[in-house]
Amino acid sequence: MNLQILWFILVTILFVGFFMLEGFDYGVGMLLPFLGKKDEERRAIINTIGPIWDSNEVWMITAGGAMFASFPQVYATLFSGFYLALVLMLVALILRGVAFEYRQKFADKASRTNWDWAIFIGSALPALLWGVAVANLMRGVAIDENMNYWGGLLPLLNPFSILGGLVFVSLFVMHGANYLALKTEGEIEKRAKDMSFKSWIVATVLTVLFVVWTFFETDILTKSGVNGLIPALLAAVALLTVGYFNKTGKFGWAFVSGSLTVVFATVMVFAGLFPRIMISTLNPAYSLTIENASASAYTLQTMTIVTFILLPFVLAYVGWTYYIFRKRIKTDVKTLVY
Amino acid sequence: MDALVLARWQFSLITIFHFFFVPLTLGMTILVALLETQYVRTGDEKYKSMAKYWGSIFLINFAIGVVTGIVQEFQFGLNWSEYSRFMGDIFGAPLAIEALLAFYLESTFIGIWVFGWDKVSKKVHLTSIWLVAIGSNISALWILIANSFMQHPAGYILDPETGRALMSDFFALVTNPNVGYQFTHVLTSGISMAGFVVMAFSAWHLLRKNEPAFFRTSFQWAAVYALVGSLLVATIGHFQGQFLVKEQPMKMAAAEALWETEQPASFALVAAIDENGKTNPFEIKIPYALSFLSYNNFTGEVKGLHDLQAEAEAEYGAGNYIPPVTLNFWSFRIMVGAGSLMVLLAMLAVFWMKNIESKPWLLKALIPAAALPYLAVTTGWIMAETGRWPWIVYGLQKIEDAVSPNVPAWNIVLSLVLFVGLYAVLGVIAFKLAVKSGTSNSHKHEGAAAD
Ligand code: HDD
Ligand code: HEM
Ligand code: HEM
Repeated sequence: MNLQILWFILVTILFVGFFMLEGFDYGVGMLLPFLGKKDEERRAIINTIGPIWDSNEVWMITAGGAMFASFPQVYATLFSGFYLALVLMLVALILRGVAFEYRQKFADKASRTNWDWAIFIGSALPALLWGVAVANLMRGVAIDENMNYWGGLLPLLNPFSILGGLVFVSLFVMHGANYLALKTEGEIEKRAKDMSFKSWIVATVLTVLFVVWTFFETDILTKSGVNGLIPALLAAVALLTVGYFNKTGKFGWAFVSGSLTVVFATVMVFAGLFPRIMISTLNPAYSLTIENASASAYTLQTMTIVTFILLPFVLAYVGWTYYIFRKRIKTDVKTLVY
Repeated sequence: MDALVLARWQFSLITIFHFFFVPLTLGMTILVALLETQYVRTGDEKYKSMAKYWGSIFLINFAIGVVTGIVQEFQFGLNWSEYSRFMGDIFGAPLAIEALLAFYLESTFIGIWVFGWDKVSKKVHLTSIWLVAIGSNISALWILIANSFMQHPAGYILDPETGRALMSDFFALVTNPNVGYQFTHVLTSGISMAGFVVMAFSAWHLLRKNEPAFFRTSFQWAAVYALVGSLLVATIGHFQGQFLVKEQPMKMAAAEALWETEQPASFALVAAIDENGKTNPFEIKIPYALSFLSYNNFTGEVKGLHDLQAEAEAEYGAGNYIPPVTLNFWSFRIMVGAGSLMVLLAMLAVFWMKNIESKPWLLKALIPAAALPYLAVTTGWIMAETGRWPWIVYGLQKIEDAVSPNVPAWNIVLSLVLFVGLYAVLGVIAFKLAVKSGTSNSHKHEGAAAD
């Protein structure tokens, strides 16, 4: 296979992993102030992702690094172009990470509540901004002949992209609620199951709207050759089954279906973009594609070898951690890890 | 202020802040792993509580290292898009490998270490902290491979069409001789820092006769660790300097404020520097010393800034190639001064460590001494990075050509204010938490829900 295509697929896989894993953990962060009423309940909720949130975040870092290595032009155009959005996201992620680690060091209730809201903002804002960014990528932005986007933040905040952001938020809330339904006990578990269904309704409505709008606004579902139609349909089916499993009380399966929804939705976006990575609305010839934006064949070859050696180990030990921490978290100060 | 100046301020402040926390992680993970190894080997519970106690300071520090690291990963795209386009073919690879090889390792096994005390066996738990230690140090290795290319390009060709740098030899990139010096110097700077930090907190407790058995043992381990680290960092730094005299003579001439070529060259202990007049109106010099430091002999010729400027103009065309001399001169002296003091203090600490409580003046001196390694790493990086001026990639790309053209100055002002404000608050919180943790009693760290 052509190495540029291979790397397009590998970057897609990293984003799939990122949205799927970090998706539920953003969801847990957004639900924290609402599903946890007492301090130990909030601690239990944080502990469900305590040992894994950092490694989930590394999926985003790796996706960024891999994009830098394989498509340096995209790295340069995307992050300089979406400057303020990215800065906001980074600020949010800093708050979130610090809050997870430092919350327990403060004994008083007020400080802890502040840290909880930091976790909320630190999870909601990145979820929203990723949705906005992805929607803008689907629609295209005004990239000039030197691969630079000059428009700044405002043109990125259009109704279509804001809906995209809300879709991300609602899907991740649902995903997080399903996760909590599996990982907690008692009161929290009940509230999580309840929330899972409510958020499923919201997510479904928003997603349907967004997909219909995508059909008219972009060529992601309609362009000839590879397009996002089939993964879009699969995502829709997966999303519908979430509701079914939810009603029948099969939360393990609901979580699996929710994960598949995120996976197929991400695949839809990348398949619809292919072979472009960033679409120019000024002139199709200015778009960044896997050909004009990629690193040299030598670098791609080197990175391919390195990745195929390392990735299996990474997947193995990351999977193993999920196995170690598979048990439900009890809401009991004696067993909680602070 | 224009975007270039702002972008430079942003990069340097943010990276220096990241590197305030990184070296302690590099050194502390190894120290905690050694303590836990001792526990598993001997079964002595004291070492388990030591691993936990010093581990909790490490975790406070680690959290900030991680969150500020995320910014680093995206900074080159944010403000340095032309640099990313020019260098992406080479620079992206080590960054991606760092993430795959190091960040997954640290982030996964730190989770097992913190949450797994009673979920996995002793051996698996011990392995986890070693993997964190290896992971964080591998992460340093790969980022320094990237930085070494910027200091001393190797294993590349220039694309005849676009003028961009392309990787031509991965092996040459990785075995860049600069990496050997930089990585070992950074690794040992971290070891010395961890040693001094643990010594400082232990000294605080010993002065108050608080749990002497626990903190005496901690002190002894830390003193030996600090001595090993300080001796190595100074020795390696010496050779690194000699390497630079050959490879980046302009940087070293600036660090010595040496305007005229000298043979034999004398070493300026202190100097008043006139950068506009390009002379030193006043200096105190040690004859022959610079020749010796540069070549290990007393007669070698060391080139001065004027001659190097002429050579650079002949090679790269007209322009100013002299880096900020005053900044480099004093940064270098502060680092070396701090390093020498650290060697001295660590030697005294090891010499008297059997009955260190009989030397309260030394214990008192060791508390503020924890600031020395921080001073040294910061000035060390300022010298390494500003001494490369005007190059962002030595001899290949100038800083002014590297900045993102499409990011307006007010955007950078905004991000600069946000980051610096946030970092300042976090820095204060982390410092307070570390002090609170390091001045509490050891058993407070034992029970799960202690505080
Ligand atoms: C505890 C920290 C520490 C201590 C005690 C020292 N250094 Fe250092 N030094 C660093 C921490 C550091 C650093 C922050 O880690 C740097 C920045 C770039 C690098 O590679 O390491 C550095 C850079 C650096 C450079 C520039 C490297 C470059 O531009 O690539 C030189 C020449 C030295 N050091 C030399 C010394 C000498 C002769 C020392 C004698 C005592 C010394 N350092 C002590
Ligand atoms: C963590 C340790 C580091 C510190 C403290 C540090 C510090 C600095 C400082 C102080 C500057 C400003 C120089 C100036 O304005 O002239 C700078 C510039 C720069 N450094 Fe580093 N640096 C570090 C590591 C790195 C690494 C590992 C890389 C690359 C991987 C790097 C890439 C750059 C770049 C791209 C600039 C451009 C801005 C400029 O030169 O003005 N730095 N750095
Ligand atoms: C300027 C370029 C740099 C980039 C792009 C960068 C990137 C990152 C990132 C993304 C993280 C977070 C990892 C996580 O989430 O687990 C991180 C943390 C870390 N970085 Fe940096 N870094 C830079 C400079 C450095 C340097 C120069 C070193 C070492 C010499 C270093 C060593 C580390 C270490 C050890 C960590 C682990 C967390 C900690 O600091 O406690 N980094 N870095």
